[in-house]
Amino acid sequence: MSKKPIKVEAKDVNAYYGDFHAIKGINIAMEENTVTAFIGPSGCGKSTFLRIFNRMNDYIDGFKTEGEILLDGQNIYAKNVQVDELRKKVGMVFQKPNPFPKSIYENVVYGLKIQGVSNKAALTEAAERALKQAALWNEVKDNLNKSALALSGGQQQRLCIARALAISPSVLLMDEPASALDPISTAKIEELIHELKEQYTIVIVTHNMQQAARVSDTTAFFYMGELVEHAKTKTMFTNPKDSRTQDYITGRFG
Amino acid sequence: MTNSTRNRIKDKAFQFFGIFCMLIGLVFLGALLVDIITRGLGRIDWDFLTSLPSRRASRSGILTAWAGTLWILLLTSLIAFPLGISAGVYLEEYTKKSKLSSFLEINIANLAGVPSIIYGLLGLEVFVRQMQMGASLLAGALTLSLLVLPIVIVTTREALKAVPPSVRQGSFALGATKWQTTWRQVLPASFGGILTGVILALSRAVGEAAPLIVVGALAYVPFVPSSPNDEFTVLPIQIFNWTSRPQAEFLVNAAAAIIMLLFITFLLNGVAVYLRNKQQKKIKW
Repeated sequence: MSKKPIKVEAKDVNAYYGDFHAIKGINIAMEENTVTAFIGPSGCGKSTFLRIFNRMNDYIDGFKTEGEILLDGQNIYAKNVQVDELRKKVGMVFQKPNPFPKSIYENVVYGLKIQGVSNKAALTEAAERALKQAALWNEVKDNLNKSALALSGGQQQRLCIARALAISPSVLLMDEPASALDPISTAKIEELIHELKEQYTIVIVTHNMQQAARVSDTTAFFYMGELVEHAKTKTMFTNPKDSRTQDYITGRFG
Repeated sequence: MTNSTRNRIKDKAFQFFGIFCMLIGLVFLGALLVDIITRGLGRIDWDFLTSLPSRRASRSGILTAWAGTLWILLLTSLIAFPLGISAGVYLEEYTKKSKLSSFLEINIANLAGVPSIIYGLLGLEVFVRQMQMGASLLAGALTLSLLVLPIVIVTTREALKAVPPSVRQGSFALGATKWQTTWRQVLPASFGGILTGVILALSRAVGEAAPLIVVGALAYVPFVPSSPNDEFTVLPIQIFNWTSRPQAEFLVNAAAAIIMLLFITFLLNGVAVYLRNKQQKKIKW
């Protein structure tokens, strides 16, 4: 595998919920157009860490982040950074599908509309492109005005992916995107991740070790707020360096 | 007797007690309605709705009263809703949890329980005297606005709370600002709930007599108000006035006016229920 440029990098990142030290001195770099999986037992800080990359923790009272997160070499926690601009570049898909209570079409074009795009043709085109990328187009193309809440869970999650893709981010954060879905929908999402990494840098939090092994290029194992190990996925699952990683992936705890 | 039989008897006993309690309320309300309708329904005709008040019961009508009531409803809506909804949105979406915000929260809830006559006294001093509005529709509507503001704020907040946080997060994650998220996602999703609260607040306002009497609304207004600065009366005051007359014919007038007032209240409540059901059908989280 040829060395790719670094897209996102965390430098000495600490984070606190009030007095609770949730993220402890993490350094990690993620290369462009790769999939990085965050694994670890519940409460280890992997979701918290993921949300640091698009500053979604900013809304939590008493949450504090220290250190630098570099996106294309720019610190996203610098004073002059506007979070809305940041989130146009770093999209996010949540654990539970969270479509807006609007039509499928309105869901997909929402990100563009709030940026001030009002040209009907441009919006329609963007919606079609995003839905095709998210492998949902064939299922919904005749019902774009139907309520998004009427879709199945798996379709809703792909709609949320389409919604995130519509504003053309360069990084896509996925917080256990398949944990609420059935196996068939999960397989679809995983297949999708494979295709999307051609264009996006993807970070995915997952509880499912097989999923991490299937979709990711590198895997990072978190434990008690620390990054224990970050390596090529193959290496990690066949030859982990740390005994805690070994214990976790062989199912001895967590 | 075994324990389980005893438990079953208790269960049944409470069921009967519950039915009894419910019936008390219903029977009294039913009796009131029947009494009012048998007395007043025959009195309602076109003349009654379109006549000015008069010293003679048979020639009296409620034109000025219901016109005043409609004016008050309109003005109160225009004043109280933008204020109350904005305040509710601010408190729910913008303020951080702090001692000050929970202090405000408790006191707004308390304000909803302040007797309406107190608001009347406040309105009399502030609007009628200090701001020299006189006993006008505007002064009355401002007073009632103060009265219903807490209700509007509290119901707005409840409606906003019912919108799942995941909707806001989804919006923020796409680069929306707080205002865009509130305006484009949260408010439309909570529209039904807010509207319900607003209409219930209105149906409270429509039945108030005490604060308006204190503000100086008149019982005898021989003209239909044509601007917010005009003097006015409303249905509850007209009813109050007629019931205090000795002649029996005026009591019939009062009964007829009560039917009209109930009609307006039920209409507003009906619209509220309809809108809530419609919204619930549209949005199932």
